[in-house]
Amino acid sequence: MNLWLPMAAGAGALLAVASFVGTDWDLPPVDTEQIGYRGTGMYNSRDRETEAALQAANVVPPAPWEADPEGDRAGDIYENVQVLGHLSDDQFNQFMAAITEWIAPEEGCTYCHNAENFATDDVYQKVVSRRMIQMTQAINEDWTPHVQQVGVTCYTCHRGQAIPANVWSRDTLPEPQPGMAGYRAGQNVVAKFGGNSSLPQNALEDYLLNDTNIRVHSTTALPTGTNPNGTKETENTWSLMMHMSESLGANCTTCHNSRAFNDWDQSPPQRVTAWHGIRMSRAINNDYIVGLTPVFPDSRKGPAGDVYKVSCATCHNGVQKPLYGVSMIEDYVDALSKKTQTGVPDYGTYVPGETLKLEPAPEPGTTSSLAPALAPASATGERNVAAVVGQ
Amino acid sequence: MALLSFERKYRVRGGTLIGGDLFDFWVGPFYVGFFGVLGLFFIITGTALVVYGAAIGPTWNIWRISIAPPDLSYGLALAPLKEGGLWQIITVCAIGSFVSWALREVEICRKLGMGYHVPFAFSVAIFAYVTLVVIRPLLLGAWGHGFPYGIFSHLDWVSNVGYQYLHFHYNPAHMIAVTFFFTTTLALSLHGGLILSAANPGRDRTDPSKQAEMKTPEYEDTFFRDTIGYSIGTLGIHRLGLVLALNAGFWSAVCIVISGPFWNQGWPQWWSWWLNLPFWS
Repeated sequence: MNLWLPMAAGAGALLAVASFVGTDWDLPPVDTEQIGYRGTGMYNSRDRETEAALQAANVVPPAPWEADPEGDRAGDIYENVQVLGHLSDDQFNQFMAAITEWIAPEEGCTYCHNAENFATDDVYQKVVSRRMIQMTQAINEDWTPHVQQVGVTCYTCHRGQAIPANVWSRDTLPEPQPGMAGYRAGQNVVAKFGGNSSLPQNALEDYLLNDTNIRVHSTTALPTGTNPNGTKETENTWSLMMHMSESLGANCTTCHNSRAFNDWDQSPPQRVTAWHGIRMSRAINNDYIVGLTPVFPDSRKGPAGDVYKVSCATCHNGVQKPLYGVSMIEDYVDALSKKTQTGVPDYGTYVPGETLKLEPAPEPGTTSSLAPALAPASATGERNVAAVVGQ
Repeated sequence: MALLSFERKYRVRGGTLIGGDLFDFWVGPFYVGFFGVLGLFFIITGTALVVYGAAIGPTWNIWRISIAPPDLSYGLALAPLKEGGLWQIITVCAIGSFVSWALREVEICRKLGMGYHVPFAFSVAIFAYVTLVVIRPLLLGAWGHGFPYGIFSHLDWVSNVGYQYLHFHYNPAHMIAVTFFFTTTLALSLHGGLILSAANPGRDRTDPSKQAEMKTPEYEDTFFRDTIGYSIGTLGIHRLGLVLALNAGFWSAVCIVISGPFWNQGWPQWWSWWLNLPFWS
């Protein structure tokens, strides 16, 4: 019997049903924010149920107690306090109580500290935490064009988890087939960090770790032959932009008027904040995260062996202003708002369980987008090799 | 315009939907009717308001004249004339004139004792427009979600609204609509080519000094049977063409009405159901 037609129709019907019941439809009403002149389509619509869930998930936790800034300094009381020694004893303990709730509420103090001697550095999490505190201080002092006066704390990213919910590492799956037929230019699969599109899957590596050119837009209406960027480069940029939009629960028009993506004069001012944010993420990854690679065990690395890195989603968690713009910094001003000791130890010498004290090599410097730090040249080189081998 | 000799036979009284004999006459080649008059009223009013809007606007550049809908803050209320009220009245005029035109077609169909296929087809186009400027704004709660009336400005609106959903090509209804648009042009070009090839057979094979005879539908059917094993037939091709074309317009309306009222993420995320199918998840 000739059954191909009913079989095909049945399969089509099943897929149609699956698409209808299997995805996350919204229902009116929705709330829309107008971000441009009327009728230009510069709107951002948000579903009410989704927004309510986001608001419930982004509530700022209260400080454990109000700390007394007077009294002896922590650096004089405790041993091996490298970046928070300037705090009072009460401030120091208040911050330690807070960071425990932010990072490891289940495990408690011993997630980072050796229970027999809190001063030693033999638990790798403590070494990482110290570097992360330095990072938070640098963000709050050097990156005010992005974080404004709201600032960030550990909680902005961690939300009660040791690994923030939204981190990324090199995405190697599915493995390309060998040979020419397997060449897919790093795209055409589900880009986990590109809004589940089929755009390039490792765009974050190009833009938030390496300094690949994002500006692919021609500045003239007709081609002049001077813009070397083609569809591939444009879609790579698009992948990053999808990531940014999804991370912020925003859309393209939050920062751009799509009639001229490149034109700053037609762009909403949020684009300036985002510009600094891209550079901030890049600086965080290069200056703070990648350097910790020798310290992290394999369980803290992605399938390709690179450490988990930050992206826009790490702080934003689906909200345009992280934690809806509520600042937590006032309770931890002395601990987190200014850089203190900025020295970086040689993490290559670290041996977990054995290194009792990891001394910093004093190396002050700025990581601000207003005076961009030079990205390590080696990172770019590795990336190019990886691009040839892995894609 | 001259009245063709046979045309008078088909110019019969009656068949009107409203008004009886009122306006039941022709002006030159054009049937008037109640809906002709009503349509003319809406066309003149609407066009005059567009010109007024241009006059109080910043430019007479034909590409850049734009009648914008109200701010979202007006919701579903009436807006002041110069702050979107014009757009609201012009929208009423546009719908009034489109619907009048369709009903005038219905009256003509009734006079001629024909089916209503043409006004029905036009109604689908009206439905697509109404979806954009009435149904979707109602669902989203503000007239400001309509598109602006201007040559460049409505394109800017389309672009920005598309980018609100990050990548509109992932919108499933947009995919279906685009497929129908392309298939419509494919079917039309095949059909047009086939009819012209039958009507213009060229020189006779055996005697090149004279024209070959025009070919019948049997030849047309055989051409497609030989080519793809099946011919849809002389009437069927017109059914197919209408179905394809109406689906193009219908799915266009669907793809925009689901964007916002029923979907607020990037469209690529819609495909989670596909990624979650049990075969590979």
